[in-house]
Amino acid sequence: MSKPSDLVQGTLDMLILKILALEPLNGWAISQRLKQISSDVLGVSDGSLYPALHKLERSGWIRGGWKLSENSRRAKFYSLTRLGRQQLEKETANWNRVSAAISGIVRLKVKFKEA
Amino acid sequence: MDIEQWFYSLPLRLRSFFQPDQVDQEIKEELREHLDQQIKENIESGMSPEEARYAAVRTLGGLTQIEQQCRDVRGGNMIEDFAHDLRYGFRQLWRSPGFSALVIFCLTLGIGANAAVFSWLEGILFRPYSAVAHQERLMALAGTARGETGATALSWPDFLDLRRSCTSCEDSFVSKITGSTLSIGERAEIARGSIVSANYFDAIGVHPVLGRGFEPGEDAGSDSHPVVVISYQLWHDRFKGDPEIIGEMQRFNNVPHTIIGVAPAGFYGTFVGWAMQFWVPASMEETFESGGYKLEDRGARWIEAYVRLKPGISRAQAQQEMSAIASRLETNYPATNRGRGVGLWPLWQTPFNNAGTLLPTLEVMVAVVAFVLLIACANVGNLLLVRSFARRHQMSIRLAIGASRVRLLKQLLTEGLILAAFGTAGGLLAAYWCRHALVLLLPARSGVAMYLPGEIDGRVMLWSAGVCLIVTLIVGLIPALQTRNLDIAGALKAESSGVVGARGKAWLRSGLVVFQVCLSFVLLVGAALLLKSLEKIRTTNPGFSTTSVVTTGVPLVAAGYDVARAKIFQDALIDRVSALPGVQSVAFARVTPLGYGTYSSTPIAVDGYQAPLEERPAIEYNQVSPGYFATLGIPLLAGLDFAHTDDENAPLVAIVNRTMMTLYWGGHDPIGRRLQVNGRWVRVVGVTADSKYESMREAPRPFFYVPLRQDFVRAPALYIRTNQPLPSMLASLVREVHALDANLALYEMITLQEQVNRATSPQLVAVSLVSILGGLALLLAGVGLYGVMSYAVAQSRRELALRMALGADATSLLRLVMSRGLRLTTGGVLLGAAAALALTRLLGKLLYNVSPHDPWIFGSALTVMTITAIAACLLPAWRAARTDPARILRD
Repeated sequence: MSKPSDLVQGTLDMLILKILALEPLNGWAISQRLKQISSDVLGVSDGSLYPALHKLERSGWIRGGWKLSENSRRAKFYSLTRLGRQQLEKETANWNRVSAAISGIVRLKVKFKEA
Repeated sequence: MDIEQWFYSLPLRLRSFFQPDQVDQEIKEELREHLDQQIKENIESGMSPEEARYAAVRTLGGLTQIEQQCRDVRGGNMIEDFAHDLRYGFRQLWRSPGFSALVIFCLTLGIGANAAVFSWLEGILFRPYSAVAHQERLMALAGTARGETGATALSWPDFLDLRRSCTSCEDSFVSKITGSTLSIGERAEIARGSIVSANYFDAIGVHPVLGRGFEPGEDAGSDSHPVVVISYQLWHDRFKGDPEIIGEMQRFNNVPHTIIGVAPAGFYGTFVGWAMQFWVPASMEETFESGGYKLEDRGARWIEAYVRLKPGISRAQAQQEMSAIASRLETNYPATNRGRGVGLWPLWQTPFNNAGTLLPTLEVMVAVVAFVLLIACANVGNLLLVRSFARRHQMSIRLAIGASRVRLLKQLLTEGLILAAFGTAGGLLAAYWCRHALVLLLPARSGVAMYLPGEIDGRVMLWSAGVCLIVTLIVGLIPALQTRNLDIAGALKAESSGVVGARGKAWLRSGLVVFQVCLSFVLLVGAALLLKSLEKIRTTNPGFSTTSVVTTGVPLVAAGYDVARAKIFQDALIDRVSALPGVQSVAFARVTPLGYGTYSSTPIAVDGYQAPLEERPAIEYNQVSPGYFATLGIPLLAGLDFAHTDDENAPLVAIVNRTMMTLYWGGHDPIGRRLQVNGRWVRVVGVTADSKYESMREAPRPFFYVPLRQDFVRAPALYIRTNQPLPSMLASLVREVHALDANLALYEMITLQEQVNRATSPQLVAVSLVSILGGLALLLAGVGLYGVMSYAVAQSRRELALRMALGADATSLLRLVMSRGLRLTTGGVLLGAAAALALTRLLGKLLYNVSPHDPWIFGSALTVMTITAIAACLLPAWRAARTDPARILRD
């Protein structure tokens, strides 16, 4: 079973939305882009990408359409919808808040010995 | 999900549902595109095409699984999956029709029993009066007597006062059951009807289909408004649906009545137990009731009534107001109303019709059918477990190729739903067939048949749907328990041999059997307790002889006899009947003990007795002719019987019973003392033993008798003590009556034993129903036990063969299997006995002189259960004993 083991599901969704916010892409291109930007740190398997794409499509955040790709083969291209853009903004804001809070905690200097 | 999201997702869902193949195709194509790209990249990085392909598939993971995940995620799938599961489920059922039929049969029994009882609850207790509006706000209105439980009748003036003063009631109306001989053309028969207040039809919101209902004022005066509304059935059957019927004259009890209306079809009146055929206004009460003109007599309690509360008023509020009015009446009319109150009852507790008598039985039935349903479910669960074991292989394969466990669970639940739905449909059908079955359990009688309809309406359907859902869950989840820890690898390794493997899973099946035995045992104990109670009630000494006494009546009022003619007729009939061969004595009395008729009651006073203020001063009495005590075999303890000379010209006399003597004369001989009855002093001339007057279960109570001639009624019941069999007695009586008046017919003739049987028929209904269902439960439990043992034997054939090969003989194998079956039974019986000890108390009111913990009853239930268990295990044990080790070990 290929599950995004150390990646929260919501984070994968946000990454996909972020990638598609730049330009409409097909599945293969999204997987390549994911590997580039996260430099393989996040370890998203291709297997978990497609169910995630279909879930986003069903939620109305992205939209799939069949077009010819650059090598003139039929491929399914995904683009961001208005709802998806809103969702991305919401999740980004959320992420910034949470990550700020977490990095604050991580930077705390705790001196146990004095306790 | 907001609207905008639906805007995107709905087309996708619809597409998934209507074009699943195309959606599948697209998912496949999308993944292949990815794969192709990956292969291309791999080749570019220097792999051989073969290697490149292999590596690409590996990076993507299981293709089929991803496809399935995508499909699952796309939704719409839910419906599609369900449709698929349905198709698959039906195929499974179709593949093993015998199995499916057995399962559906079990569920039909369980659900059908529930639906039937629900329909009776609805049709008899909760919505008893079809076509009557707003039954949820209808309450029964009756009198109460201080220091006594239960209800009494009301007097007409009290009712009018209540109706006038009650602010929480929208409407109140009287409906008192009565009867009449009805001769149309050549045919004469007994008809049931109601004496009602004039507002009756308006108050219940029923409008005659022909003619009119009663007008205000038609319920006042003495025999002043001879008008009648007839039922649709009567109009249709006896008047051939004559459209010109309105205005026709018809004799009821020999008084011509004008037919003013025909009630709508589907309206059967307002009395649980009988379908009414006619309605007359209260002003005609003298024609239908004995006891003379009662509309202005506050002491004459004879009516039964209903009120409809205003919306939003609770019963407690209304009761409070009623009690306040009643205590005002008590102050204003102490002579008639001291110690009297007024009570409101919800329809299902109506004290004056068969709702009240059947309520305890139906309450117990709700618990009993729940038990039967659980037993049926356990049985079906067991059957499904056997099959799920056989299907382990198939389930494992589905898991291995990527079905999620949730998906499998859905599949099992869908199969459960199919079975439950079939069972529910069958159950509702069975309930529909049984809707009039309650009447069949009551003793048959000539004349008008009882009417106790089951009602299958929306609420019953909803209930059954609820039951169906519960059954689905139970039936679907039991096999799921076994797939929970399905070991894929193990199950895929060929067919497992099942020698000891069966043992591991046996706990669930055994548990279900123990559960079934436990519940059946409780039902057995319940049935046995009820049976014993019935026997106790029927053999309780009622205080009068039940054998060799028959009773009937001559409808003299209906035949138009006046008082003078009736007296002559009664004397002549007594003389003629006493002269018949085989007749020992004969007598008249107004009210038959344990019958439906109500006794007269009177405020009394006794010389030297000061009644405590809270005591109800009224006592009931019966009007009897000389010879009554001898005829019924009620012993006279002191003094003398009434004589023929105790007539209207002689001084008034009375005979009191022993309880009355104890209460009012301190147990001293009351003969010669005075007693005030209806304001007149009478002399006590005798003391009789106590007997039962209204119910076999009543405690001894004060009661007295006055001579019929001194408080005359024209149509008393006739009692004959005879050694002749009933048919020949009836024939000679008819001869004698016709010799006096050829136009007279007789009421039904029955023995007093039959009278007792009829009075105890609610107990009989309870016994019959619980016995039928207890038997059913026993059968199901037996089948369950048989199933488990057969399966265990079949599964451990190799083990048995080995034992035999190692020297065990047939007897020891027989013993092995039998002891295992009996161990399960013992477990079930022990649990069942514990449950029964706690639960039989719920039978409460239905038990009579039987301890709910009677050891003999528990013992006999144990015996029956053990015999059933032995019978169920015998065949599997015999099969085990016939194991042929050579053949099985070779296979």
